[in-house]
Amino acid sequence: MDNFRSLQNENIKKIIKRKLPAVFQVCHWNRLKTKGSQKHGTSSGRWDERASGLHFGYQKFKEAEIKRINKELANIRSKFKGDKTLDGYQKKKYVCKLLFIFLLGHDIDFGHMEAVNLLSSNKYSEKQIGYLFISVLVNTNSDLIKLIIQSIKNDLQSRNPIHVNLALQCIANIGSRDMAEAFSNEIPKLLVSGDTMDVVKQSAALCLLRLFRTCPEIIPGGEWTSRIIHLLNDQHMGVVTAATSLIDALVKKNPEEYKGCVSLAVSRLSRIVTASYTDLQDYTYYFVPAPWLSVKLLRLLQNYNPVTEDPGVRGRLNECLETILNKAQEPPKSKKVQHSNAKNAVLFEAINLIIHSDSEPGLLVRACNQLGQFLSNRETNLRYLALESMCHLATSEFSHEAVKKHQEVVILSMKMEKDVSVRQQAVDLLYAMCDRSNAEEIVQEMLNYLETADYSIREEMVLKVAILAEKYATDYTWYVDVILNLIRIAGDYVSEEVWYRVIQIVINRDEVQGYAAKTVFEALQAPACHENMVKVGGYILGEFGNLIAGDSRSAPIVQFKLLHSKYHLCSSMTRALLLSTYIKFINLFPEIRSNIQDVFRQHSNLRSADAELQQRASEYLQLSIVASTDVLATVLEEMPSFPERESSILAVLKKKKPGRVPENEIRESKSPLPTQNNTQVNNHKSNNVSSNADLLGLSTPPSNVNSNQGTLIDVLGDIYSNGNAAVHNAKKFIFKNNGVLFENDLIQIGVKSEYRQNLGRLGLFYGNKTQTVLQNFTPVLIWSAENALKLNVQIKPVEPTLEAGAQIQQMLTAECIEDYSDTPSIDISFRYNGVQQKVNVKLPLTLNKFFEPTEMNGESFFSRWKNLGGEQQRAQRVFKAQQPLDLPAARNKLLGFGMQLLDGIDPNPDNMVCAGIIHTQGQQVGCLLRLEPNRQAQMFRLTIRSSKESVTSEVAELLVDQF
Amino acid sequence: MMLFMLLFSRQGKLRLQKWYVAHPDKLKKKITRELITTILARKPKMCSFLEWKDCKIVYKRYASLYFCCAVEQNDNELLTLEIIHRYVELLDKYFGSVCELDIIFNFEKAYFILDELLIGGEIQETSKKNVLKAIAAQDVLQEVSTPEDNYEL
Repeated sequence: MDNFRSLQNENIKKIIKRKLPAVFQVCHWNRLKTKGSQKHGTSSGRWDERASGLHFGYQKFKEAEIKRINKELANIRSKFKGDKTLDGYQKKKYVCKLLFIFLLGHDIDFGHMEAVNLLSSNKYSEKQIGYLFISVLVNTNSDLIKLIIQSIKNDLQSRNPIHVNLALQCIANIGSRDMAEAFSNEIPKLLVSGDTMDVVKQSAALCLLRLFRTCPEIIPGGEWTSRIIHLLNDQHMGVVTAATSLIDALVKKNPEEYKGCVSLAVSRLSRIVTASYTDLQDYTYYFVPAPWLSVKLLRLLQNYNPVTEDPGVRGRLNECLETILNKAQEPPKSKKVQHSNAKNAVLFEAINLIIHSDSEPGLLVRACNQLGQFLSNRETNLRYLALESMCHLATSEFSHEAVKKHQEVVILSMKMEKDVSVRQQAVDLLYAMCDRSNAEEIVQEMLNYLETADYSIREEMVLKVAILAEKYATDYTWYVDVILNLIRIAGDYVSEEVWYRVIQIVINRDEVQGYAAKTVFEALQAPACHENMVKVGGYILGEFGNLIAGDSRSAPIVQFKLLHSKYHLCSSMTRALLLSTYIKFINLFPEIRSNIQDVFRQHSNLRSADAELQQRASEYLQLSIVASTDVLATVLEEMPSFPERESSILAVLKKKKPGRVPENEIRESKSPLPTQNNTQVNNHKSNNVSSNADLLGLSTPPSNVNSNQGTLIDVLGDIYSNGNAAVHNAKKFIFKNNGVLFENDLIQIGVKSEYRQNLGRLGLFYGNKTQTVLQNFTPVLIWSAENALKLNVQIKPVEPTLEAGAQIQQMLTAECIEDYSDTPSIDISFRYNGVQQKVNVKLPLTLNKFFEPTEMNGESFFSRWKNLGGEQQRAQRVFKAQQPLDLPAARNKLLGFGMQLLDGIDPNPDNMVCAGIIHTQGQQVGCLLRLEPNRQAQMFRLTIRSSKESVTSEVAELLVDQF
Repeated sequence: MMLFMLLFSRQGKLRLQKWYVAHPDKLKKKITRELITTILARKPKMCSFLEWKDCKIVYKRYASLYFCCAVEQNDNELLTLEIIHRYVELLDKYFGSVCELDIIFNFEKAYFILDELLIGGEIQETSKKNVLKAIAAQDVLQEVSTPEDNYEL
């Protein structure tokens, strides 16, 4: 070791010298332990002096470091390439330097060959550094692997166990398929051979395990099976520990073949748990006999269910488990946390096995009581694990009641724990222990807590409350109250699924409809109520407002005025829903028809910038004027019942937490709702609902909530698989309306857009790719006032926090007033882990979005073409084709551009011509295009003709260099 | 099975990394960055375990250095903490009151000790005595084979 320290003294310190302050800054000379004085030759005093002598900024140090390292790298490179052959010592020195530089965080792209050469050195220190370099820097699939296999083979055959282990460690570190193939004979032999030393056996077992994971065929079957199993009986505890890991993996693959391991494992476990802590000498860890081996054996046994059919073995196992539970109750032998951790690690694993078997009521209840004690333990870690483990106990019929005894403590944990992850576990446990008997209390407590709950867990809590309320509702008025409370307390976190679901349930259950109407009516009277409340209120009053209309305090006109007082504060989607409510009111309450028609009139003209609202208002207005009472009554009849299915909310919760679905055991899996086969179809009515939900396809009607959620999640799911550096795709969006606009490590921005005439709507979807909340999330529209006179863009505000892994949507509307160039962009700023981040994204709001394709024949095309021959009406660009000239791709792009692609007009079939009209508020500008490829020159000639000069040049600008 | 182990300083500088699963360098860097920021943001009294992607993170701070391991969902968290502790004990015993600098400048030793403790992400030898014996044997071999070593630049 001193070899390298001398290297450090001279060489590394030279590297470090310039960057010393940086190192200094990060080292702080903190000792891992405070005892003892400086043992090493590097006296901090000297470094201190140097450090204080330099007063650079951090950036300068960073630059200095990079400069110094580049110099060093150049030096090493020249040494490696130089004429003078390096001796082993020099090679080792430079390879070691490269490793050091790599560990400082710099990329290393050479030196591999030198490291490979070191492997065959007969000096151990050189060999060792060679191996280290290979394990740290060589990838699994590198070509180098083939080169090193021979050296490794030689070392495996060495008589010195240290060399053999070095080789085994290297194989395990790389663990590639090449390795598995090359050593499939040697390693199993090393493992079971009688002459192999224990230390080598240990390494061989784990090395084989590593290769087995890459390449399962490597394990020989037949007689090997029993030889491997019998390693559990080995004298050497280290060998048993390593072998147990291997056997565990083999059992997972082939449980039947390795079944013999069960009784051996139980015997071994039995010997350990009954051993006194002095018996196992160095394998006792802080007074706990062989905790690692115990845990591994307990894990191994969890592969079988039932663990064993042999009553004798089962009896011995239960004795072991009881002993472990008993020992947990004994006073601690040491105050050190290591003692408690090791002891409890074994205990938790034993409890896992007990839960896994789920057959011994006595043990299950004891386990539960033991965990109950941990709930008020001083150690956060223990509380966390106890809550987690109890979640599983709650799902067993034997221990469910025992878990419920701890309800109060768990509620306290949910409220009082300082660490959000522990609070989260408490919420999960409450969810798991909830049943009909305690549902009201638990739901109430969760609702209370929701008001102050962490933002990161609110959405999930909302889902859980909604599920529990639905599942255990005996009285549906209670259910309606709970959901409305949810919206009131945490409206922002109530997803569509939740409010869709309450509506489905109210519609399907007659007895609760009047109550629901009354309750939403009252809730809407609050001066500020959440938009989701308006949605639910609007929908329910539209269906069942008549049930409360008898009371003068909620007379039809009062209901209508109450709803309409919220109209102006709502998003267009909610407004659209309210318009549907109004037309339903016309049917329910003919006496207020004129009031409602006034509203429709107001919104049916240009004053309403939103095309959907305009259309809806005018169609409803016409319907109310034209249709007879009978027709109206049919069209606007009460909604039919929804078909029964699994709660869509549950599906969302499961998707939200893949791999860790919170269990609220489905013992009575019957849905609480009666099945109704009411398939009354009423086209116009279902249109009514789906059109409001399906507005621009940005949301989905209740009936396919699941698939909608699926796509959202998938969008986020993809991120983890191909998350890379920032991608900014604005240019592509000239030819398409939907897709991922921007992506970096932190966020993904997707866009969906739709255009109609001179109006456009964009939905921007911000996805948080990180594991933490993005704070102060503020997108700001960058679009000058001058430009805004040409293109009016309105942006809806969004919530300032973006939860981990969540996605929020922001709506934009755009109105093209006259033609424009440039495009608006959005400045998004947010705080990630306390660091301010800023992203600027161009919006895909290019002028061509307002194109309407125009079909025409050759004759009219050419006559228009000629008419637009003036100097100011033409623009021509000649540019090089991007890739090898690809005509089908060019056609596709033009199809996405928004103009009509006209075939059979140009005599040359290669040429493409298009026609379209750009809609602005004031005028419509006709526009023609011709794109002529020149295959030989790999060039394009683009000609644009339009009646307006600025349009001509803008369209040409957009398209130039795009093919 | 342990998926990887990272050692980093309170200032967020990575000091040692050991990967038991093959990842491209880019992903390794990304994971490292994400975990360092996540863990440094946590308060001292918080739980040492966190759910992260589809694995569990177990971490512990020793003076200025954080030891952070990723293990699989069904691995035992408490015992992972003790693997970390055992490793720290080994470093401490070997270097004699180890400090961050020992690990920076003797990274190769830190790796060799780790390789004796864990192979392929599984614990190989839990006995402190046996690991130290193996490392001592390596050191002897080093000195025997390189008596003439005398580093000069």
